[in-house]
Amino acid sequence: MADQTLPIGGSIDVTLARPEARTALLEWLHGWVVTVDHKRLGILYIVYGIVFLLVGGVEALAIRLQLAWPDNHFLSPELYNEMFTMHGTTMVFLVGMTIVFGFANYLVPLMIGARDMAFPRLNAFSFWMTAFGGLLLYYSFIGGFGLYGMGAAPDVGWWAYAPLTAKAFSPGHATDYWALSLIVMGFGTLGTAINVIATTLSMRCKGMTLMRMPLFVWLMLVVSALTLVTITPLTAAQIMLTIDRYLGGHFFDTQAGGSAVVWMHFFWIFGHPEVYVLVLPAFGIASEVIPVFSRKAIFGYPAMVAASVGIAFVSLGVWAHHMFTVGMTSVGNTFFVLSTMLVGIPTGIKIFNWVATVWGGKIRFKTPMLFALAFVFQFLIAGLTGIMLSVAPWDWQLHNSYFVIAHFHYVLVGAIVFNIFAGIYYWYPKATGRMLSETLGKWHFWLFLIGFHITFDTMHYVGFLGMPRSIYTYEPDRGWNHLNLIISLGGLIQGIAVLIFAWNLIHSYLRGKRAGNDPWDAWTLEWSAPSPPPAYNFATDPEVHSRRPLWDLKHPEDPDWKYE
Amino acid sequence: MSAIPFSSAAEPWILPSRGRVAMLSLIIGESAIFTIFVVAYLYYIGKSLSGPTPQQVLEIPLFNTVCLLSSSITIWLAERQIERGNMRRFTAWWALTMALGCIFIAGTAVEWHKLIYLDGLTIHTNLFGTTFYSLVGLHATHVVVGLCMLGLVLIFSLTGHVTEANSERIQVLALYWHFVDGVWVVVFTVVYILGR
Repeated sequence: MADQTLPIGGSIDVTLARPEARTALLEWLHGWVVTVDHKRLGILYIVYGIVFLLVGGVEALAIRLQLAWPDNHFLSPELYNEMFTMHGTTMVFLVGMTIVFGFANYLVPLMIGARDMAFPRLNAFSFWMTAFGGLLLYYSFIGGFGLYGMGAAPDVGWWAYAPLTAKAFSPGHATDYWALSLIVMGFGTLGTAINVIATTLSMRCKGMTLMRMPLFVWLMLVVSALTLVTITPLTAAQIMLTIDRYLGGHFFDTQAGGSAVVWMHFFWIFGHPEVYVLVLPAFGIASEVIPVFSRKAIFGYPAMVAASVGIAFVSLGVWAHHMFTVGMTSVGNTFFVLSTMLVGIPTGIKIFNWVATVWGGKIRFKTPMLFALAFVFQFLIAGLTGIMLSVAPWDWQLHNSYFVIAHFHYVLVGAIVFNIFAGIYYWYPKATGRMLSETLGKWHFWLFLIGFHITFDTMHYVGFLGMPRSIYTYEPDRGWNHLNLIISLGGLIQGIAVLIFAWNLIHSYLRGKRAGNDPWDAWTLEWSAPSPPPAYNFATDPEVHSRRPLWDLKHPEDPDWKYE
Repeated sequence: MSAIPFSSAAEPWILPSRGRVAMLSLIIGESAIFTIFVVAYLYYIGKSLSGPTPQQVLEIPLFNTVCLLSSSITIWLAERQIERGNMRRFTAWWALTMALGCIFIAGTAVEWHKLIYLDGLTIHTNLFGTTFYSLVGLHATHVVVGLCMLGLVLIFSLTGHVTEANSERIQVLALYWHFVDGVWVVVFTVVYILGR
């Protein structure tokens, strides 16, 4: 392992007198609420995300339990609709977005050698807006019908197609809670995105030029720029929906000349780039983990940066591939077929670069690396089914079938969740000072991998057999019975794996091995700070001369800056 | 660290101002919101199933527009004054900017009052009403937010709390005001020229 006394980092002794035990607990809690420290806010984001990961996972298991047998009555049709709506909304906004921006909050200032984010108070504001938005969404379970009677959650699907969201078809307040919570979370996300951009552009330490930033920081810069033009159309569309529902507007009211298809366009103008907002940080995590555990510098750094920027631009022009069955003109169809296929080029470049990084490396199969490697292969398959679905006639056949569900879960789980796990295993020692248990980690990895493939590989197949999405049950003679049972069993295995992960987080926090500054012998700046880093991050402002500043420090005889 | 010989060590390390970067990012995000509303307005032109139509009720708010657009010039003059440290002239130009913004909002209020009480056009009368009030209202909301911030600076400035040292923050705020004015050019073109 590396020399622990690196010349940057160090610490300043700021030990305070310890207050009494009871007030200490209160002060500790108060400290977390009023904090503007990017590291604490990052942890708050991630813990919040993991809690909702468990909630969204329970909803997924409820869905799978209902579909395990034909003609099942575990959930009522109404409750089933609420479950898939809340599962989708939760996983995208409360799990994906929060964890992604949690990582950004924690890591971006550390990686670029800054004291904090550019706007620490805006940062805290953004987090609490997001947190409030999540509570607003879940309050709908209690307050959905307001004074009309029993509570209900939104049941319009996470895409919320008009005119189903009109007052006539969605009475009560459930849909209002949905729209308002997404507006509130949208402002929180916008604030964080602005903050990340300002931090990366204006807070870099001396020598940290743009082309020396770690790829994770690059990816978060691209993601934040993409968020600026992605979340805001959703906010605009939700404002229109709220105007329709509360003030009697006619944006999506087909009886007054409004258009339901306009909602679809607005939603997917947000909805498609949103997938990239979630997956690009996952690429960033993989681009940090894979080199360190292959003991090689990332292959083709400039190509990786260019591909990331390319993906962001292309992703803005592909949204209507969600709408091939709506009946667009053949010119429209062709445009969106081709633009969607174009995404394959930069993502292909990335996959080749990751493989080339691993190639010939001295690979260490620790838990983070296992998750990152599984990601590369699963993302390849997800990309291939994506190319298949981008072909309009193929999409006409399989639109709204389980094949589509399988495809996007391969991206969202197989790529994003796998990398989130990789990132947590990789940076948990930095954030807590303790290593996560490798034994539990390996159990988590293999169970999750097996469960993932049982569930989502099989889903492709029931999709081919014609099973549509969003149905609460099916007849026994369709030939889907055994396959659905297998899918549900796979879901159960994933659930067990996530519980092992949650246990690992708690257990290792209390009993884990001490990590030290740099347990993985890594090369980016965050590993030069103590674990956990002090509030001020670095005792002296770091100065960097290459993409791997810690390599330069550990190997003064053969530094990177000679070759870059 | 100093042991590593490095050619650019002597070069100054200059980064862009975080305030400007953040404000420009906010403007990009806001532009996306406006784009969606503008697209909705353009798409729904002439799709209302009932009256009143824009041709019947809309009048071109020329005076308002001149006031709002010239406020971009006065705020620019105020920015120049604060850079030079002429605080009294700064306050004067700043107050004029605010006054022009207030005239614009008052003009919008008069226009809406006429539309609602004389012409009977509300947000749920027809598709034109829905898109008109939401797009113009979104812009007016931004003007009001801008006026609140301008007012805050004016209070600080009158009480002598704004100095030359604040000039960068003032310029960042002025960026927002320029954006609000710039958006009006788009809204004006869409609503009062293309839409009529």
